[in-house]
Amino acid sequence: MLQSDYTTSQLDVLEAEAIHIMREVAAEFERPCLLFSGGKDSIVMLRIAEKAFWPAPIPFPLMHVDTGHNFSDVIEFRDRRVAELNARLVVASVQSSIDAGRVVEETGRRASRNRLQTTTLLDAIEEHEFDAVFGGARRDEEKARAKERVFSFRDDFGQWDPKNQRPELWNLYNARIRKGEHIRVFPLSNWTELDIWDYIRREGIEIPSIYFAHTRKVFERDGMLLADDDVVNRDEEELVFETVVRYRTVGDMTCTGAVQSNAATVEEIIAEIAATRITERGATRADDRTSEAAMEDRKKEGYF
Amino acid sequence: MDILRFATAGSVDDGKSTLIGRLLFDSKAIFEDQLEAVERTSRDRGTEYTDLSLLTDGLRAEREQGITIDVAYRYFATPKRKFIIADTPGHIQYTRNMVTGASTADLAIVLIDARKGVVEQSRRHAFLTTLLRVPHLVLAVNKMDLVDYSQERFEEIREEFTSFAAKLNVSDLTFIPISALHGDNVVSRSENMPWYQGTSLLHHLEHLHIASDRNLVDVRFPVQYVIRPQRATDPAFHDYRGYAGQVAGGVLKPGDEVMHLPSGLTTRVAAIDTFDGPLEEAFAPMSVTLRLEDDIDISRGDMICRPNNQPQVAQDLDAMVCWMSDNMKLGPRSKLVIKHTTRTARALVRDLHYRLDVNTLHRDESAPALGLNEIGRVSLRVTQPLFVDDYARNRLTGGFILIDEATNGTVGAGMIVDAR
Ligand SMILES: Nc1nc2c(ncn2[C@@H]2O[C@H](COP(=O)(O)OP(=O)(O)OP(=O)(O)O)[C@@H](O)[C@H]2O)c(=O)[nH]1
Ligand SMILES: [Mg+2]
Repeated sequence: MLQSDYTTSQLDVLEAEAIHIMREVAAEFERPCLLFSGGKDSIVMLRIAEKAFWPAPIPFPLMHVDTGHNFSDVIEFRDRRVAELNARLVVASVQSSIDAGRVVEETGRRASRNRLQTTTLLDAIEEHEFDAVFGGARRDEEKARAKERVFSFRDDFGQWDPKNQRPELWNLYNARIRKGEHIRVFPLSNWTELDIWDYIRREGIEIPSIYFAHTRKVFERDGMLLADDDVVNRDEEELVFETVVRYRTVGDMTCTGAVQSNAATVEEIIAEIAATRITERGATRADDRTSEAAMEDRKKEGYF
Repeated sequence: MDILRFATAGSVDDGKSTLIGRLLFDSKAIFEDQLEAVERTSRDRGTEYTDLSLLTDGLRAEREQGITIDVAYRYFATPKRKFIIADTPGHIQYTRNMVTGASTADLAIVLIDARKGVVEQSRRHAFLTTLLRVPHLVLAVNKMDLVDYSQERFEEIREEFTSFAAKLNVSDLTFIPISALHGDNVVSRSENMPWYQGTSLLHHLEHLHIASDRNLVDVRFPVQYVIRPQRATDPAFHDYRGYAGQVAGGVLKPGDEVMHLPSGLTTRVAAIDTFDGPLEEAFAPMSVTLRLEDDIDISRGDMICRPNNQPQVAQDLDAMVCWMSDNMKLGPRSKLVIKHTTRTARALVRDLHYRLDVNTLHRDESAPALGLNEIGRVSLRVTQPLFVDDYARNRLTGGFILIDEATNGTVGAGMIVDAR
């Protein structure tokens, strides 16, 4: 008999699991959509979707919740990717939610549209009657996310109830909901930040340039480097300086910090991440710093 | 590098979350900001040491009550392996979350408090892990620091558990004395227990052989999704018809003779397609797309297998069911939705044979119904044939979930023991 141990590498196991999840959603839901922000996780998720249905096109639209405070580089990347895939993109705009009076713009130095996104997202889900929404969240990102199911049930109000989650056994996912409810689906649940980068390297996936080291005008706040930009309110004392940075996560400019780094290639980024002693959200996200359970609270309201 | 999935189990406060925290901490998988946050919270609450259980107990309610409510998934890697950890709750009320975490585990660590010994919940969880056929079991006798690292106490517990385990189906059982709080025998061998000759827990996890746990014999390919790219831009794909799914058992190769169920028609595998090109073979847990030589009417929920090795085609199932609903009981005449592989049907409970007492493993044949967290053997009649194997032979084709049609909640986990 031929000797083969039929082992599967960790990236292949994670990819196979994610593909299975995507196909399950395509088979069981009527109107799924995939949240695509142009960030690394959603880029990987999109590649998995391409693989899951090949040679057929991806059988659902993409959606981006646009705060209007995004990095232009990322928006260009988003549009290019959508065009290449010939996909349909729904843009849900926080500015429109503000204009329609659904939410009120925050004011002051720390004003951010991060929290407002939840309303925009939930309104869009309702308007388009999406019943399943793919998100690129990973359990290694944050302690509340570490608790979430792959198929995460949301009630009529888009709320997550962490104390009453559906049991989820083997690879059997319960897709049953009533009208108005939906399921958030996280195919990358079991991936770590390092897995994402290893996969980007292995697959040769293109990513927006802000992930690589570049020179940028920034200022320091709470130990984070925020971009100097019209949309980020800044005090006189917060001095702008130029330095070499890259982004570890891509989100709203007002609450996403850059890290000082010279990593200019994917290989260098992997070496940097493998050695880092700080989590990606800890290093770069002001939104998680407001309280111990900030993410849990936002998720309960319907956040990503 | 391969992946080992493991779950913790055991009674409340036996130290599961602390152990995971310790494992992550000592293997340097904790980041500075996570540690600072945990230190801050420990200080705020007046705990004199850093409470490592806070690394996994991430929900507000868990921190308020000091217990685990739902599974936390954590990840770490050593040069040997990547690990996916499911830290499960010990409280009986949250048994369903423990079952969620253990269902996919290659190994379970059942913790026992060295002072208390084997208690009912340790037995329940040990039983559940064997019912779920977690292939490897570690019995970690924890809090050895509180019993003066006594070999005698360890041996007592080992004996007590061994006699209970004799009644269970345990294929691989290892005992390790540890202190999760102080790190004895967690990542490295403890100097406090020179009498212990075995390896540390991490060493055991790194070196365990798991490749042979998978079923590579019985070809099982539940059809998940039919790929028909009618609007493909490439005309070469205009007539493409592929059957997508995740291999649940066996090894498939192009040219293999295969059988389609329910039709019973046979054909051959024309190709195993993926986005990255065709494959020479496919096995679990790969997600692939099969093309077949003949045009057969195949849809989601069907099964592809080998003509000389077929699953049971069954509408009558006997299964062990773990019941997980808090507002409804499972008894004769209960009607539910059943999801098995990629097939969904309706099921009627014909009979409840017995309810198990997890403490004694006594079978109570007079039990009228199963309540929350109870386990029993039932007979089900299903509205459509399912393609099943005994759960002991294949976790993926032998397991199913039950869904309450009224609430859409997942209320039962079933493991097939017999089918007709
Ligand atoms: N002395 C001592 N205390 C320990 C040890 N391991 C855990 N503890 C303590 O036991 C208590 C409970 O620990 P947890 O880790 O929260 O227990 P658990 O098993 O996760 O509990 P649940 O998840 O709620 O079932 C905490 O106060 C720990 O500090 C140990 O090895 N020695
Ligand atoms: Mg715990």
